[in-house]
Amino acid sequence: MSAGEKHGFSVIGQPLPKLDAWAKVTGETRYADDMVLPRMAHAKLLRSPHAHALIRRIDTARARALPGVYAVITGADLPRVKFGILPVSQDEEALCTERVRMVGDAVAAVAAVDEETAEQACRLIDVDWEPLPALMSMEESLAHPEIRIHEYGDGPNVHKHVALQFGDVDAAFARADLVREDTFYYEGSTHLPMEQHAAVAQWGADGKLTLWSSTQTPHYVHRSLAKILAVPGAHIRVVAAPVGGGFGGKLDPFAHEIAVCQLSRLTGRPVKIALTREEVFYVHRGRHPVLMWIKTGFTKRGDITGCHLKTWLDGGAYGSYGVASTFYTGVVNPASYKMPVYKFEGARIFTNKPPCGPKRGHGTPQPRFALEVQIDKAAEELGLDPADMRRRIVTEPFTKTANHLTVTTTGLAECIDRVVEASRWRERRARPRARGARKRGVGFACSAYMTGAGTAIYWNAMPHSGVVLRADRSGAVALLCGATDIGQGSDSTLAYLAAEVLGIAPKDVHVHPADTTLTPVDLGSYSSRVTLMCGMAAIQAAERLRGALFEAVAKKLEVPPGALVARDGKIGVADDREKALPFAQAVELGEAMHGVLAFPGSYAPPKRAATFRGGTMGQSPCYSFSAGIVDLSVDEETGEIAVHDVWIAHDVGRALNPLLVEGQVEGSVYMGIGEALMEEQVFRKNLHKTPSMLDYKSPTALEMPEIHTILVETDDPEGPFGAKEAGQGPLLPIMPAIANAVYHAVGVRIDEVPITPDKILRALDQKRRGGPGRVGPEKLPLLAPREPLVVESAFGQPAAAVVVRPFQTERLA
Amino acid sequence: MMRLPPFTYVAARTLAEATAALAEHGHAAMLVAGGTDLYPNMKRRQFEPRVLVGLRGIRELSGVRGSAREGVTLGAGTTLSTVAAHREIATHYPALATAAGLVSSPQLRAMGTIGGNVCVDTRCNYYNQSFEWRRAIGFCMKKDGDTCLVAPGSTRCWAVSSSDTAPALVSLDARVRLVGPGGERTVPIAALYRDDGIEHLAKTREEIVTDILLPPADEWRSTYLKLRRRGSFDFPVLGVAVAARLEGDVVRGARIVLGAVASLPRSAERAEAALIGRRLTPEVIATVADLAAGPSKPLDNTDFTHPYRKKVTRVFVARALRAIGGLDAGGSAVEEVA
Ligand SMILES: Cc1cc2nc3c(=O)[nH]c(=O)nc-3n(C[C@H](O)[C@H](O)[C@H](O)COP(=O)(O)OP(=O)(O)OC[C@H]3O[C@@H](n4cnc5c(N)ncnc54)[C@H](O)[C@@H]3O)c2cc1C
Repeated sequence: MSAGEKHGFSVIGQPLPKLDAWAKVTGETRYADDMVLPRMAHAKLLRSPHAHALIRRIDTARARALPGVYAVITGADLPRVKFGILPVSQDEEALCTERVRMVGDAVAAVAAVDEETAEQACRLIDVDWEPLPALMSMEESLAHPEIRIHEYGDGPNVHKHVALQFGDVDAAFARADLVREDTFYYEGSTHLPMEQHAAVAQWGADGKLTLWSSTQTPHYVHRSLAKILAVPGAHIRVVAAPVGGGFGGKLDPFAHEIAVCQLSRLTGRPVKIALTREEVFYVHRGRHPVLMWIKTGFTKRGDITGCHLKTWLDGGAYGSYGVASTFYTGVVNPASYKMPVYKFEGARIFTNKPPCGPKRGHGTPQPRFALEVQIDKAAEELGLDPADMRRRIVTEPFTKTANHLTVTTTGLAECIDRVVEASRWRERRARPRARGARKRGVGFACSAYMTGAGTAIYWNAMPHSGVVLRADRSGAVALLCGATDIGQGSDSTLAYLAAEVLGIAPKDVHVHPADTTLTPVDLGSYSSRVTLMCGMAAIQAAERLRGALFEAVAKKLEVPPGALVARDGKIGVADDREKALPFAQAVELGEAMHGVLAFPGSYAPPKRAATFRGGTMGQSPCYSFSAGIVDLSVDEETGEIAVHDVWIAHDVGRALNPLLVEGQVEGSVYMGIGEALMEEQVFRKNLHKTPSMLDYKSPTALEMPEIHTILVETDDPEGPFGAKEAGQGPLLPIMPAIANAVYHAVGVRIDEVPITPDKILRALDQKRRGGPGRVGPEKLPLLAPREPLVVESAFGQPAAAVVVRPFQTERLA
Repeated sequence: MMRLPPFTYVAARTLAEATAALAEHGHAAMLVAGGTDLYPNMKRRQFEPRVLVGLRGIRELSGVRGSAREGVTLGAGTTLSTVAAHREIATHYPALATAAGLVSSPQLRAMGTIGGNVCVDTRCNYYNQSFEWRRAIGFCMKKDGDTCLVAPGSTRCWAVSSSDTAPALVSLDARVRLVGPGGERTVPIAALYRDDGIEHLAKTREEIVTDILLPPADEWRSTYLKLRRRGSFDFPVLGVAVAARLEGDVVRGARIVLGAVASLPRSAERAEAALIGRRLTPEVIATVADLAAGPSKPLDNTDFTHPYRKKVTRVFVARALRAIGGLDAGGSAVEEVA
């Protein structure tokens, strides 16, 4: 039994402001770009103007001669090693030596007295290019196997090609009353964090390197730097500066980080770099454009008999997380609904564009869009209400999916009921409303998402998250953890968890975010893993500390340790408030008894991945679920869409801090509206069409609807005090719910995002002329299918509630 | 971040000082008022003036004088927020107040001036890009190059007039006063514009726009509709300004001006003519809207597709006419669910 269950919570469940809220709003927070060090130089990168070209020669003489320039480097000044976030895709160079594969690839770097001089010097670097044909779409890349963007992969310009089959899909379709085949397209989009990437490197006089960077994965950056710079990891320190928004865009090791390290080594000065917004568009790693074909069998009552999904991902110029992204377009969909038979084929294609990677929802919004819009179409054909239809087929708790994922708790049914009720769905659905050209409609969709990836990026048997807690005689507690707070509030959440267990105020907990020399490793702020994994580690460390304090206090008060509780800043006998010591005094007693009070906590996910190849993908300790309803209106004359209300219910397991969870849900809705209605990372004549915040359209506060957030708690046995993720899942229903609401409003199907006014008018025109009233992909790329790996469907098998977790045995005992 | 190129700033205190500074530095100098258009453009190296002559310190340039009865004069240095919030303007020249209030964002309206807005640079999404971007794609004729990337083979530049107030002012038959080394002149605002993306202003570099003069309101009704992706920030990709004078319900005077579909604010003259002497019936509105969409010839160099901008021209003209006629404008109000 965990601490919180012995008595009511005191911190958990409270809508507390984030610990860093004051610093953020007053401008006290020091981001990487706010750092100023003595003698600091400023760096700039020279980036490729070509989408695909060979580098014949680089002459830096004119740049080096410019007054104020300290150093100019090219790839020749770095060890010749390629890197990449995934061990299977080591295909990047910090400064390209022979070939560039996209506009924006870095080829040289300058350190100078100020940014202006560095920029001017970059323009004085002469590069002799030999342009190559650029492949700007998946179709082009597949049609031109003779032009290879990379030499590795599963085929010419095919980075990854996977095929998995769980059960007999043909038999499943034969059993169905209705089989639908639909194609969808999901346009790429970028993260658009407020803070542009920045880094400061200091190669000290002692020969050791420190890098401060706005990164979501300091641990992976640490490992990469050791490899790329060929220096011992023991002499490299990576500190995650406060991150002004990440959303997945700061998850890779980047050229600018490596360049400033090398420039600092050469100049003997600290070197800073801050990317421009345009450069952030080139760094990218955002949402993959995905083309999809989905075939699903339904019974008359709306049961799914089986589903076959094919996805084609436009990966851009490098691997990045692409192998994971490819799997994620297939493996997570089955978690939400009963889907006894499942087949998935996915291919990621290289193109000469900025690399795609993990953006909030990583690989899952695209297939979720396809599935949820298809279900909407099926519901109409079957004469079923789209909400009722889904409500009947939600997955059973503690069972496995066809593709061997273990679903523990699921609150999806409750999520559906709650949004249906709160929005008066049936009423809105039944009564189409219009005012002049404005037609109103409502749409529905659901989703599921992982709470942390079950496996690390590199294979290892160590913890995924670690925490060290040290109690100070003042009564303060220092919490050291390798996690990075990217705005999601992980520092605060860790403080709440430790405070809850120790019975102190969150303000008394000092969280030291990622600093690779001080903090135990956490793998990074991705895949919605931090609250669960670091949280479990923090609870373990806090319980260990509390155990030591109980021992000392018990001796002093002459009671058994089991009689003690930690609450309200005191440790004492549960029912006797007189018999209690202030926390600080308990620490003194504890330190006198045990010596320094420092305790570790470790967490690694339960090992229950299936053994087939690819079986680890999508495995997570538990899954979050969401249901969303969108009410909008469509102007039939202009095609403009106004979103009025969004009701969203999210199964978060337990809301450790409902205020933060609501913030995550609202942010997700915001991002979802952007992807559904306007965001697109598109290219023209080999260049990014809109690399600025003015021209890349992302919604403003004025486009935001009223959001009605409902939190559903299922108290998952895998999560810290029952918590699951909240940062990504609630994004997923928004895009399909909007598409479905558009159909309800004006009767046209826009089977792709963004759903722009132009597409609405085209579909309406088409419908008026007797056509189907649909805008969406018409063609699928040519790529020979791959023989699938056939695995037995695990659908419906009972799954263990809590299996043995590495490093957590003592807690469970 | 993107950095400004180096320049010298001359803080003029009188018009005479400003014109003298312009004359002294010739082509090296430019005027700057709120700087909300010019500074971002300088960061992208669309302009590289070595001297900037600042107008902010010139008292005589700001303020609104007069009344709707005798006509209103706006100093060029008046901020857009002042114009948008001005009672007399909002009541009697609603197209102007609306247009000024729809420019960009509240922050930029607090800095940006009406003079800067009527002189604002034309835009094109091949041109409003960083120096590196433009170099990568190949410089266009508007800056540093000699071709047009929107219409290759074209001998002229097709950058788009992107001022919100310009079409509104043309529809209101405003005039502008210019002061230059040779003295001052006052011209109809339509005469300030040229159909050329590069030389889009019919004035010399030394001439300063000092005032914008609105004629007596004289029962003219007006309205302005703006097409853009979002409710703030965005430049117009279509602006429709309509002004009309009705006697009873018969139209006696009409001006329909389209913004952001050409290199200058474009008057839809045939549509205007078709309105005179008519009542604003649905049939008349439909015919006039079709006629007005004729001169709307957008190219693929702004946000949204150009066929879409053309389609919406028709819709917006019809909506503007319905608003002027006091008919249900359609598409504006949204019914609440019971
Ligand atoms: C993000 C963003 C969004 C924007 N959105 C819009 C929009 O929606 N609609 C819109 O119309 N504009 C928009 N703008 C452009 C600009 O903010 C406005 O046009 C503003 O009114 C310009 O006024 P200013 O005083 O800042 O002009 P400045 O930037 O100071 O000057 C603009 C130009 O006018 C010249 N100039 C200024 N004053 C005079 C004068 N008195 N006589 C002669 N020449 C003069 C300058 O030399 C310069 O060439 C936007 C700008 C940005 C950065």
